[in-house]
Amino acid sequence: MKLVRQFLDLPNDSKVKTYGVALLLCLVCSVAVSAAAVALKPVQDENKLLDKKKNILQIAGLAKPGQSVEDAFKQVEAKVVDLQTGAYVEGIDANTFDARAASVDPKQNLVLTKEQDIASIKRRAKYATVYLVKDPQGQVQKIILPIYGYGLWSTLYGFVALKGDANTVVGLGFYEHAETPGLGGEVDNPQWKDKWPGKQVFDANGNVAIRVTKMAATEGEKATHEIDALSGATLTSNGVNNLVKFWMGADGFGPYLQKFRKGGGA
Amino acid sequence: MKSETSKVITTPLVANNPITLQILGICSALAVTSSLKTALLMAVALTTVTAFSNASISAIRNHIPSSIRIIVQMTIIASLVIVVDQLMKAYAFSTAKQLSVFVGLIITNCIVMGRAEAYAMQNPPGMSFLDGIGNGLGYSLILIIVAVIRELSGSGSLLGYEIFTLVKNGGWYEPNGLMLLPPSAFFIIGMLIWVIRTRYPEQCEVHDFKIHEKHGLGNR
Repeated sequence: MKLVRQFLDLPNDSKVKTYGVALLLCLVCSVAVSAAAVALKPVQDENKLLDKKKNILQIAGLAKPGQSVEDAFKQVEAKVVDLQTGAYVEGIDANTFDARAASVDPKQNLVLTKEQDIASIKRRAKYATVYLVKDPQGQVQKIILPIYGYGLWSTLYGFVALKGDANTVVGLGFYEHAETPGLGGEVDNPQWKDKWPGKQVFDANGNVAIRVTKMAATEGEKATHEIDALSGATLTSNGVNNLVKFWMGADGFGPYLQKFRKGGGA
Repeated sequence: MKSETSKVITTPLVANNPITLQILGICSALAVTSSLKTALLMAVALTTVTAFSNASISAIRNHIPSSIRIIVQMTIIASLVIVVDQLMKAYAFSTAKQLSVFVGLIITNCIVMGRAEAYAMQNPPGMSFLDGIGNGLGYSLILIIVAVIRELSGSGSLLGYEIFTLVKNGGWYEPNGLMLLPPSAFFIIGMLIWVIRTRYPEQCEVHDFKIHEKHGLGNR
């Protein structure tokens, strides 16, 4: 107590007091900040999960006004896929499988070579979660695939939804990124996202043909594959182009989609 | 005493408004006012931060070494902003996502720092807290006015509810896209300053210098 008194009585500009105040303040502030961060983490994680589900519904065009996210999500079936073989993996709960955690776990990931790694993600998980929407007859109507890759400043995390033919795009969107608001951040712009539905991922030979490019073709066969890039955001656009190419290609969901087309994929 | 308290809260609303008279916090006023919802959340966040930073800085004002004064203020403000940001991410997730970087930028909002330096360093915690509330409300008032004008004319809606039926929905109102862009907030704030200074002429600044006759055109 006496020490505290003594410390407070020191002249404000003495060295001891200056360092002392700085140290104490940092201690108090860091405790406050970390307490808030730790205590609120569960609620925030729940929000993130809900937001992810909401995004899946929106991208697949399943969100209906007045329906809760949890209710609407009941029509979506999650499954885990082995990316290498394209086969479904049994024995892993798709609702708890965390691809992001798996991608940094040496036991569950695959380090990509420079040639493979066009999306600049360095490594990817061996398994991925896919979301299927079926009609009452059990026919798959929509396939929703998680995609991610590096843009300009950040990794963009999103989904692409395909029709039951595993080729036609229903929608594409990102739920997490840190691109420049107003420039790269325009990947969230509904007008730009509207350019995606109806595009074809693969050409007649089964090669990935979808791409984001300047001056996208407006007619002919190319127009079914090309999406206009974002103006003022070349690097983010390139990033989106590369990540779509990667995840639709042989090192991404390529094998799965191929298998899906052959076998009806249910 | 009573009148002193109410004065601290009411003068920043119009007579000494942080945006229109002190010209502080313009940056965020441009950025978050394209819709009323983000403006409201920003207003609440800034008022909270200003009030609590004022109170805590004032509480330790007699022990802040003057050589690290600004750093101490910044540390307190930054910590408060992070706490507010965490709270928003927990309880107002979608709006927090829209506000993105601007919550973090409350740290650099001149109002918070300005009030800490101008008021909280000289006054007791209770009054400083109220001063923070008052200035926060003054900021909120301008933000709400600007946001109402911008959202109504730019999207024809308020808080997301359609007020004017848009042409594309078969109505009569063609939204003015310019109003959704940051420059429109400049025009609106400029006009607000004009209106307020016409009403309170004492707010007009005295000219810093007068152009003398001999420097004028008459000498040529």
